[in-house]
Amino acid sequence: MPSTIRVRAIAGSDTTEVQVLIQHPMDSGFVKDKNGTLIPSHYIETVTFAWNGKPVFTAYWGPAVSKDPYLKFAFKGGKKGDPLQIAWTDNLGQGDATTARLL
Amino acid sequence: MKDDTVVTKGRHPASRRQVLHGIALAGLGMVAGGAGVLDAAWPAAAAVPASGWPQQAFAQKSEAAALKALYGLAAEPSDKVALDVPEIAENGAVVPVSLTTSLPDVSAISFLVSGNPFTLAASYRLSPGTEADVSCRLKMAKTSDVIALVLAGGKLYSTRKQVKVTLGGCGG
Amino acid sequence: MQRGGSGRLSRRLPGGFLASLVALLCALAPPAVAAAANKVDPAADLQAFQAYFHAAFPTVALDDFANGPYAVNQDMRKQWEEIMQFPPYDFALDAGKTAFATPFKNGKTYAGCFPKGGIGIRQDYPYFDAKSGEVVTLDLAINQCRVRNGEKPLPYGSGEIAAIAAYMASTSRGKPFDIKIPDDPRALAAYEDGKKFFYTRRGQLNFSCASCHVQAAGKRLRGDILAPALGILAAFPIYRSAWGGLGTIDRRFISCNAQVRAVPLPPEDRTYRDLAYFLAYMSNGVAIAGPGARP
Repeated sequence: MPSTIRVRAIAGSDTTEVQVLIQHPMDSGFVKDKNGTLIPSHYIETVTFAWNGKPVFTAYWGPAVSKDPYLKFAFKGGKKGDPLQIAWTDNLGQGDATTARLL
Repeated sequence: MKDDTVVTKGRHPASRRQVLHGIALAGLGMVAGGAGVLDAAWPAAAAVPASGWPQQAFAQKSEAAALKALYGLAAEPSDKVALDVPEIAENGAVVPVSLTTSLPDVSAISFLVSGNPFTLAASYRLSPGTEADVSCRLKMAKTSDVIALVLAGGKLYSTRKQVKVTLGGCGG
Repeated sequence: MQRGGSGRLSRRLPGGFLASLVALLCALAPPAVAAAANKVDPAADLQAFQAYFHAAFPTVALDDFANGPYAVNQDMRKQWEEIMQFPPYDFALDAGKTAFATPFKNGKTYAGCFPKGGIGIRQDYPYFDAKSGEVVTLDLAINQCRVRNGEKPLPYGSGEIAAIAAYMASTSRGKPFDIKIPDDPRALAAYEDGKKFFYTRRGQLNFSCASCHVQAAGKRLRGDILAPALGILAAFPIYRSAWGGLGTIDRRFISCNAQVRAVPLPPEDRTYRDLAYFLAYMSNGVAIAGPGARP
């Protein structure tokens, strides 16, 4: 099964820029399907980022974050090859995790 | 026309995922230690459950109630918070928002959408050394304000901008 | 008025007739495209078609027309560029790459059905197939390949076929459309059929394809900016957030037709293939930019 997490983390001279795209329906719970039945809410609640094992950024999301969510942030430091650990969990208790290397 | 796409929508057997998740969290050391680091900069009044996900704040229907549940602080409008949103969203389901600020010691950034059923859309916690420069994509139910909140040096700052959400003519 | 073509013409023809002829020509926008209607001359049509869009959007480079509304509207372009920083079709593109390389039950793969192993060939589709006497689109060729190898054809419009077409398009990025219309009456008839469909009004709204994508290109239709017809196929398949995934050219034709309250044709209908042939030929020279994303 391919990873649900896409990462592009680029270490610059001073900071590292991180971009992620996560494959997830992010169903809000307000949308009906073709038969008129409400699609139950299903969304990522938490995404954690750790650089060299040290937390750098945590995202708390609700159902108003778009489908296949995208996120960009930056942190000070980081060099090519450093591990960046990313994990998400959703409101149904599902989740995924990956470790990317800084480019 | 079938509206399904090739994406598997990330629906995998929960059991396997939960196992994965457990491994991931243990590996990251985020269950206890990680959260502790982040919590140091957190206002004492805010109700943060053990998992860290601010459940109460996400359940609020008004801006004021969400703000109270999230930080327990009043926000002060600030021109040092730069919020970049489109004037007219091409699609309310995908509105790019980004925020930068020159304020020092930023420990949290949140985005609220005043016209959504639940106003809080996303809340981010930054460790010391993380830049106050965040972009994401939000859903907006109708034309309303996007409110950005920045927690810096224990104080809460805000800025807001209106985004027009129109009906597409041919988006289908 | 004494020398030159128009002077001689005005001496021979009554002034009133000339005036009404000029008025008639002016009423038909774009004049050059309409003027070529009675003779099948694809090359002349192409020249007039592209000249019309260059005149309407003098600052837009030819390749940029592949980007549809974002070529002609700055505010939309900014949102699109942000989306393109990490395009949402990334997952589907990977799934398409995997599907493309996965062998059929007989051990063969898609690569065996296409020239150059299917890599970098999107710009040559649709093409006129002299054997069947019909236009073959990339989507049709993908399914023909499956059938030839004992597999069931994929449903058109979205899903796996869109993912495979997206992967194939991605290997052809930057290569300009190079559609050929051979000197074969059947090929010319297919071209004419596509052209006729493009300019014919239909549906309760009585719109032709050209009503929106030629005459009103770059203008707003409620919240949307109408894409110019030039280059309109170059970014397909397209990820539309409104669709929540990738959609093929068929899917777009069908929803466009439905939105003008006309009865859409079935996907890969012969006339839709002819339409794609006409549109792709009109875009000759525009570089492939697919898959694309529209918010």
